Amino acid sequence: MKKLALISYAALVVALMIWGYYQAIYVAPLDAMQGEIFRIIFYHVPSASVAFLFFAISLAGSIGYLAFRRGNPGWAQISDAWALSGAEVGVVFCTVVLLTGPIWGRRAWGIWWTWDARLTTTLLLWLIYVSYLLLRRFAAGPQVQTLAAVLGIFGAMDVPIVYMSNRWWRTQHPAPVFGGAEGSGMDKSMVPPFLWNMVAWLAWGILILILRYHVERQHQQIAEQEAHEALTASS
Amino acid sequence: MMRALWTHLAKDLRIELRSLDAFVSMLFFSLLVVVLFSIAFDPQGDFARQIAGGVLSVATMFASVSALNQAWAREIRHQVMDAQRMTPAPGADLFLAKVIANFLFVTVVQIILAPLFLVMYNLRIEGQAWLLAFVLPLGTWALVGNGIFFAALSIRSRNRELLLSLILFPIFIPALLAMVRATTSILTGDGDPMLWIKLLLGYDIIFTTVSLLLFDVVFHAD
Repeated sequence: MKKLALISYAALVVALMIWGYYQAIYVAPLDAMQGEIFRIIFYHVPSASVAFLFFAISLAGSIGYLAFRRGNPGWAQISDAWALSGAEVGVVFCTVVLLTGPIWGRRAWGIWWTWDARLTTTLLLWLIYVSYLLLRRFAAGPQVQTLAAVLGIFGAMDVPIVYMSNRWWRTQHPAPVFGGAEGSGMDKSMVPPFLWNMVAWLAWGILILILRYHVERQHQQIAEQEAHEALTASS
Repeated sequence: MMRALWTHLAKDLRIELRSLDAFVSMLFFSLLVVVLFSIAFDPQGDFARQIAGGVLSVATMFASVSALNQAWAREIRHQVMDAQRMTPAPGADLFLAKVIANFLFVTVVQIILAPLFLVMYNLRIEGQAWLLAFVLPLGTWALVGNGIFFAALSIRSRNRELLLSLILFPIFIPALLAMVRATTSILTGDGDPMLWIKLLLGYDIIFTTVSLLLFDVVFHAD
């Protein structure tokens, strides 16, 4: 039953992705000022939203692990699996953001990169979560989950500080397109393609996140079983 | 509470005074970085003033890592760390004592390095030089505080010496940025360094508080 639900969800995701691609490339009209290159927004912005959402899930998982670690080991393991899969899938989406951004920037600004608030914050998030994954790889043994949870919390605290410090410094990234000041917002004809792509990429991200979470849970169960067998064999 | 802190601090200072291990390696390493940058960029006049803040901060950062790696390694030998875990004194005391001790080492290195630095980069300070007395200690505290915390975090891992740099540097970036901008604006006399000093102060307060709160979790992780 669970498998069937997953397979039908995966099929839905594939259909959404194809529809989103069609909307982004064929349906959305040319941008009046930027031309074809603007279509990158259909990939850049959804990936960024998904990455930030998954990093938030990772932070929640880290806090949950520290909270449940003594009282409720079962929940603590579940939280840790969410923390790890959120960070890992988030890094993949964040990489997409960092790759698509410069491609657009080269055409629109004439430069690949600039040390602007949002760019620096995103790059720093990426660096912090890569270091989080490295810690999980290098630190072996049962304490790794605790250490990773602490690092996850530290990293998340850094993000608002970087964001503020860079706003004081310099800002070049376009002002928020939605809900911003006068003159912001998209042409009406571009909104449906944009929303379709948001939904499609979010659905895709959630599919990968769930798969990664299941793999991690199975890892945990195998490790637990091995530990149990080792204990019973020696007695 | 204060007695445990004082005991740890006195012990660390005494060991360092007798061996001078951390001090000598840091001083020589930061000197090397300053010389290497000086050869690589051939700094003169305005250009020297613009890059000097960055070079000094990065030199301090790389140099401190060598001392931070040693900070806990000493406790691992002869299972001293296990003994410390069993004492009833709170881990925060031990953490704070280590931070203060290493803060003092790095500050002494900076005090010796600063005149040398002024000479090699032909610097004339255009802004208010006394503000450096706030910027450097605040930046050093941010570096050493986080560094000691992450050194404790990475101590039981494979390639712990590499891992410390890998997790410390990303988290330290905002403080590094503030330290570099403040120092540069003091050296060149352009802009207002106060904003960056406030940012450094905020960073120090936030991260020191959280480190003190979470240190026991890391210290007793098993």
